[in-house]
Amino acid sequence: MARFIVRRFGGLIFVLIGVSVLTFFLAQVVPVDPAATALGSNAREEQIEAYRQQMGLDKPAVVQYANYVARLFHGDLGKSIRTRRAVLADLRDYLPATIELALVAMLVTVLVGTPLGIIAALNRNSFLDAAARSLALIGSAMPIFYVGLVLLGIFYRQLQWFPGPGRLDATLTPPRHITGLYTVDSLLTGNWQTLRNALGHLILPAITLGFYSTASLLRMTRSSILEMLGHDYVRTARAKGLAERVVIGRHVFKNALPPILTIIGILFGSLLSGAVLTETIFNWPGIGRYATTSVTTLDYPAVMGVTLVAAFIYPLVNTLVDIAYSFIDPRVRVN
Amino acid sequence: METTASTTMSQVTTPLTQFQSPGALFIRRFRKEKTAMFGLVTIIVFVLLALMAPVIAPYDPIEQNIPASLAPPSPEHWLGADKLGRDILSRMLYGARISLATGLGVVLIASVLGTLVGLLAGYVGGWWDEALMRVTDIFFAFPSLILAMAIAGALGPSLQNALIAVAVVTWPIYARLTRGQVLILRNKEFVQAARAVGAGHVQILLRHLLPNTLSPLLVQMSFDMGTTILAVAGLSFIGFGAQPPTPEWGVMISEGRNFITTHWWLTFFPAMAMLFAVSGFNLAGDGLRDVLDPRLRR
Repeated sequence: MARFIVRRFGGLIFVLIGVSVLTFFLAQVVPVDPAATALGSNAREEQIEAYRQQMGLDKPAVVQYANYVARLFHGDLGKSIRTRRAVLADLRDYLPATIELALVAMLVTVLVGTPLGIIAALNRNSFLDAAARSLALIGSAMPIFYVGLVLLGIFYRQLQWFPGPGRLDATLTPPRHITGLYTVDSLLTGNWQTLRNALGHLILPAITLGFYSTASLLRMTRSSILEMLGHDYVRTARAKGLAERVVIGRHVFKNALPPILTIIGILFGSLLSGAVLTETIFNWPGIGRYATTSVTTLDYPAVMGVTLVAAFIYPLVNTLVDIAYSFIDPRVRVN
Repeated sequence: METTASTTMSQVTTPLTQFQSPGALFIRRFRKEKTAMFGLVTIIVFVLLALMAPVIAPYDPIEQNIPASLAPPSPEHWLGADKLGRDILSRMLYGARISLATGLGVVLIASVLGTLVGLLAGYVGGWWDEALMRVTDIFFAFPSLILAMAIAGALGPSLQNALIAVAVVTWPIYARLTRGQVLILRNKEFVQAARAVGAGHVQILLRHLLPNTLSPLLVQMSFDMGTTILAVAGLSFIGFGAQPPTPEWGVMISEGRNFITTHWWLTFFPAMAMLFAVSGFNLAGDGLRDVLDPRLRR
């Protein structure tokens, strides 16, 4: 087991090195002088030159990359040109917002996708199955930015059932920073009004973000259950007179669970790193929004930082899922 | 007993008398998949509309007509007009050209690049395989939209750069698929036979291995057409792809976002166009997969 974990994390480190090379290369391609951008439009030529020397920007690209990696090992992701703060400090503020959104989106996905997938499979070729499959088809083909705009338009602007963009109403102050997740922090500090408001703000973006993954999970659950239903042991269980509830609950679902859990893990990783469009529509201050603003303003230290962190999250979640899976199913370790 | 014998004979003889080429068999099976046929018909309709856009579009897609600003669907403007009075139907028809062309462009670039890498990795093996697969791991790890944004930002926002950006994040899946197939096939008898009669590496790769790896690639290409249409529209929506006044579906939704409750037709019709086009490719992909790999049939 230890060897398996070491091998998986070894692969992760290699991926991170590759990602850092690629993001560094991208930053080199940008047609912008980082020294001139950092000092602003009023800077004199000699000031820019001095800054370039001070930051090592006059050195060859390989040396610059080595310095960049050395700084990374000290937890230094560079300084944002736009916010004038350390990129790591920026990400510490923005990442919890994305994690909170992705967690609630995952909850929506699991609560809607799994039961619908099971219902569809158990009622194969019925009206319910057709309805669930249509939902899955729409979920995988509808542009989520349109879904987000419609939800905002109907439930916020027209009906005013939910609060608008952002994490909290402007009149409220965020709860004391403990985890950075507003719902958790307001719960821990007993701030019920903020908790209610934060939850209200989460619902529409979470449905939007979870739209695509709900469709994927529905399809996966349906096909996984259908596969299990076709096995001989299910027929045996039925033949020996077990109640259908027991056959489905104890035999079919239990065996269909591992692939469903895997896809949940993969979907969570993609929710965390793929919230760009949802965060843009709902003005959600997460890493997706941070990435968009940073690219728009050509703030490449920030772009490199956020890309590195986002690229770390996805394989990290996948690695953790693999390790968790290997505990459930020993064949994974062997293979 | 006699009946059994005659049934058995007919079972044996039927396939022989009704022998069909693999192509004909494929078409016959595909036609039986109703949803896949629906997908294929949808794709054909979109392709025809895109090709005929200059002929059938009632108005110029870019020319402004302020008096018709925000006109609702009517006999003059079947699907209404946008804020600048441009005909939505005309813009959608031209948008189909852009979406299908970018989808095709991305899928072609990604599949050719990915297939070459996969063929090489699977066939040569050893360190080459290890190194090339680790490179694909790196591209897999990237959050696709963030990398696409970073590339589009570095190269400058445009449809062409969005196409390059999406292709960069799409090719690794083809590399993995092809490599997987080559690893299964490279020691098969037909490859050994080709080698025995003196076929070179290039000939084995291109004439013997590549054609046998195409089935999963075709399925993936169909799904990727849909994913790419959504990805490019998403990039255009946030300003990193096609730029106004280009009649691209993502741009159209972005331009109509403030009118979603008051003038729904500005965003509804481009969104529906995307829903149908992407569904078409997804359904056709599902059908292709079921026909080409009956083990996966549900």
